[in-house]
Amino acid sequence: MSQIETFYDVMRKQGITRRSFMKYCSLTAAALGLGPAFVPKIAHAMETLPRTPVIWVHGLECTCCSESFIRSAHPLAGDVVLSMISLDYDDTLMAAAGHQAEAALRDTIERYRGNYILAVEGNPPLNEDGMYCIVGGKPFVEQLREAAEHAKAIISWGACASYGCVQAAHPNPTRAVPVHQVITDKPIIRVPGCPPIAEVMTGVITYMLTFDRLPELDRQGRPAMFYGQRIHDKCYRRPHFDAGQFVESWDDDNARRGYCLYKMGCKGPTTYNACSTIRWNEGVSFPIQSGHGCIGCSEDGFWDQGSFYDRVTDLTQFGVEANADQVGMAAAGAVAGGIALHTAISALRSAQKKVQDRPSTAKEEA
Amino acid sequence: MTDLSHDPAAGLEASRLTGDATESDLASVRKRTSVYVYEVPVRLWHWINAACIMVLVVTGYLIGRPLPSMQIAEATHQFVFGYIRFAHFAAGMILTAGFFGRIYWAFVGNHHARQMFYLPVHRKAWWREVWHEIRWYAFLERTPKKYVGHNPLAQIAMFFFMTVGLTFMIVTGFAMYAEGAMQGGWLDFLFGPLREWIGNSMVLHQIHRLGMWAIVVFMLIHIYAAIREDILSRQSMVSTMISGHRTFKDDRAD
Repeated sequence: MSQIETFYDVMRKQGITRRSFMKYCSLTAAALGLGPAFVPKIAHAMETLPRTPVIWVHGLECTCCSESFIRSAHPLAGDVVLSMISLDYDDTLMAAAGHQAEAALRDTIERYRGNYILAVEGNPPLNEDGMYCIVGGKPFVEQLREAAEHAKAIISWGACASYGCVQAAHPNPTRAVPVHQVITDKPIIRVPGCPPIAEVMTGVITYMLTFDRLPELDRQGRPAMFYGQRIHDKCYRRPHFDAGQFVESWDDDNARRGYCLYKMGCKGPTTYNACSTIRWNEGVSFPIQSGHGCIGCSEDGFWDQGSFYDRVTDLTQFGVEANADQVGMAAAGAVAGGIALHTAISALRSAQKKVQDRPSTAKEEA
Repeated sequence: MTDLSHDPAAGLEASRLTGDATESDLASVRKRTSVYVYEVPVRLWHWINAACIMVLVVTGYLIGRPLPSMQIAEATHQFVFGYIRFAHFAAGMILTAGFFGRIYWAFVGNHHARQMFYLPVHRKAWWREVWHEIRWYAFLERTPKKYVGHNPLAQIAMFFFMTVGLTFMIVTGFAMYAEGAMQGGWLDFLFGPLREWIGNSMVLHQIHRLGMWAIVVFMLIHIYAAIREDILSRQSMVSTMISGHRTFKDDRAD
């Protein structure tokens, strides 16, 4: 692997000054929550370690993860992160196509056996022997298995690879499944979101390259530093939530005042992601800041949670087109009606019984 | 002490003179017709639990569908939704502590303190009594039976709505509360895996809300049945949960 340049070599080649490089290292350390002591470590790793080859495969997906990734606004990321990783195969970004591309894939797997990282965008459909997604004339699930066999670790990019996303939404006609249901013998890091935040993606890769290990993961296998808290926990509109000040309808005065979007169905309280801290597009904004509630795109099965605009949502998972309140109120109403009827009959029966009992008591007294 | 039971005229002076008692009343009063069923901790739990459930249902409904926005003060000084959520969490904590207390009392309390926690499904006789009680509520039986604790139908309701139902609400409730308490704490350690197993926390929210409606339905049935049976059955109902004594209205056998 000595023929591969180090990250630092690549950066300098691209005309990046050492000063900018050090800035990048400290910002990366901060983004990863590592503190200043790790800046020289990161710098050292980048100066000495050969670039880690990455194979980036695409299954059923919309390429929004790639779109997000190449827009990473972290200093230098656009140029550097893509160069940092030795992206040896990525069918949507590489110049090669057809047989050449497939040859590049085989070549990379052979050359870096057990050393490359496999980044998976999208997921494999399993129905009809995987025929719903064909890459290079073969079902994607086969390419995935081949590429995963000798991978050091796997990154599941986005909601597709992590949970299934829209193609796995009910009724999931192609039986699309997340990567971890097909590959069970490799460490898998899940980076959910539709798409994931660019800086989160580059942050995860930087961490893995720098320290040659997976970042700390939570129980769902997500990097804890980015998915440890809900959007809600760091939302700048949280004071309006606690105050009970909500946007009541789109474009009302409360919307203009920037009140909480909870009543508009914001999924911030149930969504683990870093949008409210890292934000999007060079930290410009994120959905809630733009006046639209979070749709919970980094959560498992977010397409099947009813409307994006309700908090008490339709109970699609029960196959009933009604929400908990409608079901509950109907049940309570029916029971209340039943009770009223039962009361009436009870009273009638009781009166009837008294009438029937009266002659006998009269007899006894007589 | 003389045995008064043989002489209907003896004793009970106060009842006769100023207690508005007739001769037939005295004959009835002389018999011991009450059983001490619900001990103090059970009654205390019942009413604390009832109060908590009232608070939880009202605040819980409002958490899913908040009140119209209020403009009382600047957001920093206004905590309307915060207080509603606080009341929900506080009532939930009290209910949970009470429920654990109630389980403890099932072990150390009297026989009746245990009835809520099990169903004798293996006993044929019990199923026969369930059927009888169903017929009584369907107006097919003319005379109800005497029960000291819960009747078999009530026992089923208590078991599913309280023992199972409250457990479900406590567990799902704490799983959501753990989200606010954030990762790393003991709440997250205990309840986090459940949330992950369910998947999306929105599912947790919806099933917790369905649970709320189940408890509302139970409340309706419970209060109706208690008042109806207080009037129509052969024993006391409502006052039993206040005094602890089950009094019987007649001394006939079944």
